[in-house]
Amino acid sequence: MPPTAPLTWYLGLSAVLFAIGAIGVLVRRNVIVIFMAIELMLNAVNLTFVALARSLGSMDGQVIVFFVMTVAAAEAAVGLAIIIALSRNGETMNADELVTLRW
Amino acid sequence: MSAPIFLLLAALVLAAALTVVVHPSPVYSACALVVTLFLLSVFFIGLDAQLVAVLQVIVYAGAIVVLFLFVIMLLNLTQTEPRPTAGAPLVAVAVGGGIAVVALVATALRRLTVPTAPGLPEGFGDTAALARRLFTAYLLPFELTSVLLLVAIVGAVGLAKRRP
Repeated sequence: MPPTAPLTWYLGLSAVLFAIGAIGVLVRRNVIVIFMAIELMLNAVNLTFVALARSLGSMDGQVIVFFVMTVAAAEAAVGLAIIIALSRNGETMNADELVTLRW
Repeated sequence: MSAPIFLLLAALVLAAALTVVVHPSPVYSACALVVTLFLLSVFFIGLDAQLVAVLQVIVYAGAIVVLFLFVIMLLNLTQTEPRPTAGAPLVAVAVGGGIAVVALVATALRRLTVPTAPGLPEGFGDTAALARRLFTAYLLPFELTSVLLLVAIVGAVGLAKRRP
């Protein structure tokens, strides 16, 4: 029986995933890809919650993941509706050129 | 989850996540996001979170990413972008910042004393245990999420509606 993966491996993996998502938000210019990178970050945090719930023997972490998924679904629905409204107004999908919502 | 399987899955997850961020075509990014979410649900099963793993596949991979793909197809963003990323200075700063965050977490994890439960309670991670927490200790947040979803539905319909 090979050894099981320790908690720190899960936390390290989720840190790397979060960093990849954050880099994606900063670097990419397509608003839809920026949204996907945000989902990546949310999922990295979910992995942390589930790993710590397992390690602590408490269900609370998994309940929080449930709420995070709900918030992510709401966020995706509203965000994609904003993107559709933008495209209907003839705006680009490039975050550098989108100035409608700026002051 | 045994260590070799963890390392294999972690390598696959990181490759898929990098594809999401790096690939110039949004469709490929969305498909790589599906792969990432599926692999993460495998991690959840390995961590005794069966219900969360199933919800991950149904809600994330099934609903949210399909919504992404739907919008990509609707707006005809299938072609590759000419300039998918920001300028080189910002890319360098972002990658450097990401590496710094990972190094910081790695240093913190090295001196972490891992909390371990004496043993998992009976039925850990199954639907009944999660529902019991959800409908007792977390009842108020649970009800508030229904309000949040209602607001999101109204907001999405109002935003995407064609103006008269």
